[in-house]
Amino acid sequence: MSINSFHALPDERGYFGDYGGRFVPETLMPSLLELEAFYVRLKCDESFQEELVHYLKHYVGRPTPLYFASRLTASLGGARIYLKREDLNHTGSHKINNTLGQGLLAKRMGKRRIIAETGAGQHGVATATAASLLGFECEIYMGEEDIMRQGLNVKRMELLGAKVNPVYSGGRTLKDAMNEAIRDWVTNVDSTYYLLGSVGGPHPYPMMVRDFQSIIGRETRQQIMEAESRLPDYIVACVGGGSNAMGIFHPFLNDGEVKLIGVEAAGRGLQSDKHAATLNCGRPGTLHGSYSLVLQNGDGQIQNAYSIAAGLDYPGVGPEHAYLLKSGRVTYTTAHDDDALEAFYLLSRMEGIIPALESAHALAEVIRLAPTLPREAVIVVNLSGRGDKDVDSV
Amino acid sequence: MWIPFEKGGYMVSRIKERFKVLKERGEKALVAFITGGYPSLEVAGQMVLGLAECGADIIEIGVPFSDPIADGPVIQTASYRALQGGVTVAGILEMVRRVRQQSPVPLVLMSYYNPILQMGLHEFCRQAAQSGVDGLIIPDLPMEESVPLLQAAEPEGIDVVPLVAPTSNRERIAAICAQARGFVYCVSVTGVTGEREEINTDLASLTGSIRQCTDLPLVIGFGVGNAATARHLAPLCDGVVVGSALMRLIMEDSFDRARELVREIKSAISRQ
Repeated sequence: MSINSFHALPDERGYFGDYGGRFVPETLMPSLLELEAFYVRLKCDESFQEELVHYLKHYVGRPTPLYFASRLTASLGGARIYLKREDLNHTGSHKINNTLGQGLLAKRMGKRRIIAETGAGQHGVATATAASLLGFECEIYMGEEDIMRQGLNVKRMELLGAKVNPVYSGGRTLKDAMNEAIRDWVTNVDSTYYLLGSVGGPHPYPMMVRDFQSIIGRETRQQIMEAESRLPDYIVACVGGGSNAMGIFHPFLNDGEVKLIGVEAAGRGLQSDKHAATLNCGRPGTLHGSYSLVLQNGDGQIQNAYSIAAGLDYPGVGPEHAYLLKSGRVTYTTAHDDDALEAFYLLSRMEGIIPALESAHALAEVIRLAPTLPREAVIVVNLSGRGDKDVDSV
Repeated sequence: MWIPFEKGGYMVSRIKERFKVLKERGEKALVAFITGGYPSLEVAGQMVLGLAECGADIIEIGVPFSDPIADGPVIQTASYRALQGGVTVAGILEMVRRVRQQSPVPLVLMSYYNPILQMGLHEFCRQAAQSGVDGLIIPDLPMEESVPLLQAAEPEGIDVVPLVAPTSNRERIAAICAQARGFVYCVSVTGVTGEREEINTDLASLTGSIRQCTDLPLVIGFGVGNAATARHLAPLCDGVVVGSALMRLIMEDSFDRARELVREIKSAISRQ
């Protein structure tokens, strides 16, 4: 497969190479087909694109800055480090790019009710925000464990008018919240739009969420050209389900000279069972509607993932990432809880920016990488969210 | 009624044979669902035999899965506890093998796709057939993705029973029925498994559409928890599935009441 064909995926069955597809109950299939057809039409609809651009500019505050982190660069003593400031978006993370896109789509489909799963609560808050702005009834599913460690976001969702439904099954985190959201969807499929938050799930979600998040990479491309008159040597992003990484990587997939690094959560170590490094340790399987890499035991039972970052502890990953791993286009590394914490503190004190613990995993990779590179090298790191939500966990 | 082989040495489908006998008797099939391995493989095996003795025509055995997105709270809990007890796919097949030595009752495994995918579709189908499994129901495998399983199951004589949902349109129903083997499982409601007060779907229209596309038996499931609902649905179908209501009783340690429920429902759908 030639490198130029990256942008041609997924195929008509929703596959990125071997990965993707639609593994859902028949009840949902007609809706998925309808959604796909509707989305493909809207993608070329100028009035839809104008509406989305309008909200992204005037409501979200895009474009987000590409900030040269001079003190961090100087202290690490190597490559020049730029931060793509998705933390400065309204609601505090990249998630709003997708929730507004899908929210506007749901509006045009005539849906009245929106549901979503959330881990760290960032997607939940972004969904509740879009629902409030666009006038939807909104329910968010969130694992009880995550509710306890992300209290601020629970409060925010409630203030925005969403109902937060605690999920008590399994490990009580993102995976279990997603199970419950799918059960709601299968029950209320006619009235309800399922606003999936990452590049996982059945086709067309991985494609659609990637497209809505690709604004990150498109802006980055333009901004780095303005700042450095060339493309970066490295782009680094954290990967849970993989939406912020997919968003910043995608516009660069065909630029072979730009090295792309996804960083997974190694939690307490890959040798322990307390991690979320699906691309590094998972095997192919089906979970939540797509065929991708999955953390599972030998009997095909899905394992509970773990990370200090609630938005990363998911035992699956978007199928396009599995494909990019297999194709060799993207390298996927890992960062431990402790590495992420160190990066969290370093950026807070060095640049006056408190990053989300999720984004701190990407920073941890940059802290390792930058000193090994010459001073003229350029790294862009996707600072996918801000860390206010994490102050009680660190 | 135990006719393992017909001329040419091919196994007669036990599912087909059972529906044929029921049709001759003017009866409808009662399909009883239990979660495999709850409370243990041994007890579950005994329950399969017990339910067959008191009138269940086909037993559907649920293979526990960690993330059962199509199941309501009762079967979720039963699956979770079975997994906590260490139940594996191989264990379920071993249970089936023991049951098969004692009974000709048709056995259908209901499994999410990933556990059988991990064993390997061909290997799974081979072992399942050897154990005495007659059919498979995979709730998260729509027709678009089911070709690899159909190819693995067909040579082993295992029927892959598809689901038709209230949301399926006529084109999908036709395509699903064209792939169907054994029987067609008509999902009565949009939603997850579990008992319901009432079923609001226009089932006459849905079952009518299915009948136009296939001569295979039609079984209605999801939400059938008592004799009254079953009696109401019987004229539309060739059988009903009772799952969560049975599992609820079993989980309350009321196995006598579970058996009683099977007798009641079988009787309700047989006197038409």
